[in-house]
Amino acid sequence: MSGHDSKYFTTTKKGEIHELKEELNSQYKDKKKDAVKKVIAAMTVGKDVSMLFTDVVNCMQTENLELKKLVYLYLINYAKSHPDLAILAVNTFVKDSQDPNPLIRALAVRTMGCIRVDKITEYLCDPLQRCLKDEDPYVRKTAAICVAKLHDINAELVEDRGFLEALKDMISDSNPMVVANAVAALAEIQEGSSKVIFEITNHTLFKLLAALNECTEWGQVFILDALSKYKAKDARDAENIVERVTPRLQHANCAVVLSAVKVILQQMELITSVDVVRNLCKKMAPPLVTLLSAEPEIQYVALRNINLIVQRRPSILAHEIKVFFCKYNDPIYVKMEKLEIMIKLASDRNIDQVLLEFKEYATEVDVDFVRKAVRAIGRCAIKLDRAAERCINVLLELIKIKVNYVVQEAIIVIKDIFRRYPNMYESIIATLCESLDTLDEPEAKASMIWIIGEYAERIDNADELLESFLESFPEEPAQVQLQLLTAAVKLFLKKPTEGPQQMIQVVLNNATQETDNPDLRDRAYVYWRLLSTDPEAAKDVVLAEKPTISDDSNMLDQSLLDDLLANIATLASVYHKPPDAFVSRTRPTQPRDDEEEFAEQDSGSGDTSAPVPDGAQVHGGYPGAGPSGPLPPPGGYGAPRGPSPPTGPPPAPAAAPAPAPAPPPPAPVPDLLGDLMGLDNALVPAGPVTPSAPAGPPLPVLLPAPAGQGLQISGQLMRRDGQVFYSLRFDNNTQMPLDGFMIQFNKNTFGLASAGPLQVPILQPGTSANTLLPMVLFQNVAPGPPNSILQVAVKNNQQPVWYFNDKIHLQALFVEDGQMERSTFLETWKSLPDSHEVSKDLPNAIVTNSEATLERLLKSNLFFIARRVLKDTNQEVLYLSGKVAPNVPFLVELTFLVGYPSVKCAVKTPSPEMAPLFFEAMESLLR
Amino acid sequence: MTGAASAVFLLDMKGRVLVWRDYRGDVTAGQAERFFSKLMDGETDPSSHEPVVYDDGVTYLFIQYNNVYVMTASRQNCNAASLLLFLHRVVDVFKHYFEELEEESLRDNFVVVYELLDEMMDFGYPQYTEAKILSEFIKTDAYKIEMTTRPPMAVTNAVSWRMEGIKYKKNEVFLDVVESVNILVNSNSQVVRSDVVGALKMRTYLSGMPECKLGLNDRVLLEAQGRATKGKAIDLDDIKFHQCVRLARFENDRTISFIPPDGAFDLMTYRLSTQVRPLIWVEAQVERHSRSRVEYMVKARSQFKERSTATNVEIELPVPSDATTPAVRTSMGSAVYAPEREALLWKIKSFPGGKEYMLRAKFGLPSIAAEENAPEKRPPIRVKFEIPYFTVSGIQVRYLKIIEKSGYQALPWVRYITMAGEYELRMI
Repeated sequence: MSGHDSKYFTTTKKGEIHELKEELNSQYKDKKKDAVKKVIAAMTVGKDVSMLFTDVVNCMQTENLELKKLVYLYLINYAKSHPDLAILAVNTFVKDSQDPNPLIRALAVRTMGCIRVDKITEYLCDPLQRCLKDEDPYVRKTAAICVAKLHDINAELVEDRGFLEALKDMISDSNPMVVANAVAALAEIQEGSSKVIFEITNHTLFKLLAALNECTEWGQVFILDALSKYKAKDARDAENIVERVTPRLQHANCAVVLSAVKVILQQMELITSVDVVRNLCKKMAPPLVTLLSAEPEIQYVALRNINLIVQRRPSILAHEIKVFFCKYNDPIYVKMEKLEIMIKLASDRNIDQVLLEFKEYATEVDVDFVRKAVRAIGRCAIKLDRAAERCINVLLELIKIKVNYVVQEAIIVIKDIFRRYPNMYESIIATLCESLDTLDEPEAKASMIWIIGEYAERIDNADELLESFLESFPEEPAQVQLQLLTAAVKLFLKKPTEGPQQMIQVVLNNATQETDNPDLRDRAYVYWRLLSTDPEAAKDVVLAEKPTISDDSNMLDQSLLDDLLANIATLASVYHKPPDAFVSRTRPTQPRDDEEEFAEQDSGSGDTSAPVPDGAQVHGGYPGAGPSGPLPPPGGYGAPRGPSPPTGPPPAPAAAPAPAPAPPPPAPVPDLLGDLMGLDNALVPAGPVTPSAPAGPPLPVLLPAPAGQGLQISGQLMRRDGQVFYSLRFDNNTQMPLDGFMIQFNKNTFGLASAGPLQVPILQPGTSANTLLPMVLFQNVAPGPPNSILQVAVKNNQQPVWYFNDKIHLQALFVEDGQMERSTFLETWKSLPDSHEVSKDLPNAIVTNSEATLERLLKSNLFFIARRVLKDTNQEVLYLSGKVAPNVPFLVELTFLVGYPSVKCAVKTPSPEMAPLFFEAMESLLR
Repeated sequence: MTGAASAVFLLDMKGRVLVWRDYRGDVTAGQAERFFSKLMDGETDPSSHEPVVYDDGVTYLFIQYNNVYVMTASRQNCNAASLLLFLHRVVDVFKHYFEELEEESLRDNFVVVYELLDEMMDFGYPQYTEAKILSEFIKTDAYKIEMTTRPPMAVTNAVSWRMEGIKYKKNEVFLDVVESVNILVNSNSQVVRSDVVGALKMRTYLSGMPECKLGLNDRVLLEAQGRATKGKAIDLDDIKFHQCVRLARFENDRTISFIPPDGAFDLMTYRLSTQVRPLIWVEAQVERHSRSRVEYMVKARSQFKERSTATNVEIELPVPSDATTPAVRTSMGSAVYAPEREALLWKIKSFPGGKEYMLRAKFGLPSIAAEENAPEKRPPIRVKFEIPYFTVSGIQVRYLKIIEKSGYQALPWVRYITMAGEYELRMI
């Protein structure tokens, strides 16, 4: 049945449009049809053929159905750009809507509904009215959907013309497909309205259940989704519905099955009979298991839903854990979800087999999967106390394989196991210590140090072990430094001998004087003061008993779970987020008075009202979140953490620019700290007093809410007053307050790191906070070729650690003293070998006014050197200089034609490998 | 919770839009391309990426088929299961129309593609995906019919899968009972999971609108009818029916009654999760001689009754990716080294029940190894086979009654076959 339409894509370039115009007006039918096909082909590949509007519309009056469909398709595409001409089509539409052929009647009304032009819409009402009462069900089912289309364009019109009533009448239509489409249309209209439009009554319920047995599989999904919103009157009512819906579990279409499960679970909440509930659970298990034989994409959706279902009703699949064992060829996203469910279903009964599986997975090749498998073992240990020892043994076996990331992950979870079962498994510490040298990830290092500190009295050479970390203290990331500090204090309190005493001196000195991380400094001061005033009190605080932890990570809040279970099979159930968190465009029906105003705003700006502005992509899942997430930093209990010592606000208010909301007034420095506070704080960048967060365009979203379990983080590097800042915004869309925010940057090309603590106030649900984080350069430089990736980790006290990537924009890094003398510029240009010159065409860049452009570039610290005009081409050439701290100059030559896109950018620099980053920056500056 | 798709996109492997159909005007092709290029810039390639991705206010759902990505986008909380399944059906319909769905066939048929997308979905709601019926009123060769007079009744009928007025000279039904055995054996030689997925595959060549009734040796049914069930009845765990089967009727009295579509379809699938003894057991002993060579001793044993015979047995034994110079001996069948699959393929044409065969193989390994400690891929041993005239479940078709008002006689032909599904034995 293969066609040969591809020939329509190859039209001659020159005079193409003119030729098409002639062909469209040809008197020969075939030629005409070919021409329309060519037009559609051009439209398909994105060429603008809107100028042929009149000629194409003239072909509309044809007996040929295929040609008619093509013209209609063209109209859908271009009517909006030619609203005045589109009116030409109205007559044919109206005529077609009365054609004897139902296919054409339906086509006309279907297409008219897709043309979002007011003038057309006005004329749609009469044909729609007729088609809603058409004798042919094919036309009626199309008209039903068309009401939803019209409502989307002009809700008022729909109400005025009584289409809502007509739609409601259609629920009693004799044809099941008409019923199904009417239900879909009504449900959509209801969704956007605050008024009660579509409510399932006793009468309609009966009609829907009857249609359910007869309509197509897709129609069944519409009806089941609508039924899931029905609030049954009592248990008997609920049982009746369930009885009618249960046969759907046998349907071959997975979507029908999932929607049926949704209805049953909703109604089950009302059913009081234990037997009935148990019986239903038994009935649902096999169909849920069978979903795992579907296509992998469907499996993924099913698994995300099963994750929810087992949180509410674990009994349904309690005996089916084996079906979640991973197959070798399962896609990674399926494996990850299966693992999550395996943890949830793990029990004393099946743990041995589950552990065998986890161990198997921990030796696979996919690093993320392996890490998650190791973490899974730890989470099972925390969840099942009788199996903890077996879990630990498996972890020890894995450590012996000596695969670096397995070892590190294992140590992280073992720390949690120690927290959960204090004084039980410390005998394995010796084994852990063997792997000390291989640890290079901050979290693993921090975990190991915590273990050493916590059990210092049982580790003979604890002081030596800590000592080995101390050498690199200044280079360690903050997370590790904090742990080292606390561990040293613990060691000192437990073994107040000479060695630890010296060590604590070194650490406190380091942490108070050699660092510009206020978080670390403050904690060190607190310890210092505690130790110097009352060592016994210090013991009580630092060595206090810690509350036990439990594996509640990835367990959802009950009310959220309710919400998600009502949304089974939908995106909300896949993201594990309430719909509001990601549905960006709702068009609420406003009270009539201000409706117009709103409609305008809505259609005009469309997305700006979105809760989630521009942003990076997110994954349906979330990064491996272990039990360490919700834990407070070990050892931190009792001891006040972070920038809030007991005496008031930070003693060094100049240390870091406070977040945007008014900074707390500097409190008087308490006398007790006087001796300590006399230290020189010059290291800390003085910076502007309180740069407020910019009110400019919204920051790019780095961690969208669905990926951050409701926490959304936006941010961008920026430069202000000679200092690099990370402008950040946190939106708390979760159900709980979030606090204790901390930030960490991975090694990167420019060694960007935070110059102070992240200052975010307690974020109440539904609120947001902006902050400017001062940044320093060249702290922790990543080796290798330069790239613009900035990997960021943010944590708070309530959630797991979030990791995301940002892009380093070079324009934020150009320093203020990048200006060169003309002569220096020339000399430098000459002295650099040609191999250091790189050039690139920036097709999207444009200079419309050189002066304005220069001004803009100056703001980003790119300085004007010289200008000339090329006589033969009239192109302008600009020379500029710039510098990225401390000594990477860029000598720039821009060649362009004013007002035309595409700028040629040549750059000469001692670090030509930076050129790609430079071009990126230039392109965005010249946009 | 309601929601619909905004558009359907067909993209090539580079993420460029080949054809797209806009349903709601709130997601553009440019947006889709930008999203997809972001996706492809990511660390994981799109085929191993989650199929549901949120980006900039829009959710994208996609599947891959050959060199084409089929994707839909939505700004609402749409039904993800339904839309993903719909995308698979779109693929099925295109395959039916163009024999193969690929970039080329889409270009060659873009007019029909537009027509189909217009009919299969309206305003983002899936409408109709029965390829056979669609081809009654959307034809690729448009010259054949100047004017279709009306949509087939089936489009809106309760029987949406069958046209009226079908005529055959000879009325026949072929029924294949196919059971796939899925098994997973861990490296301790324990069967960690096993199940049987069965399918009743039908091909019908019947005139008119035949009423069919199928009888199986289903324990629930037989017991309900008070019949003796001497070990012959079986329990089926989860049964899924083609949409033609009356589910409410089945729920009531376990009768499988239906008006079948014309041609081939899966009438029902079922699952049996009782522990099954592996029909073919494979054990491999591996001896690694440092980095110079590796030796395998493989035993394959058939664990079914002697009167049955497995055919086309293929045992895929994974070997290191850098293995060379194979030396293989087998007591039955032949073995070839397939470096592209990093495996040795041992093929045995006929493998009767209760037999055991052996294979010995030796491979050379290059003396220089890659980085130590990097975990190796450890794929399982995989087995393929077919056993005709045999079912694991013991399912039997007791009768298939066909009644049509013209009163013709139609004979059903039934075949049984068992084959390996996902049959994996992990190596030590």
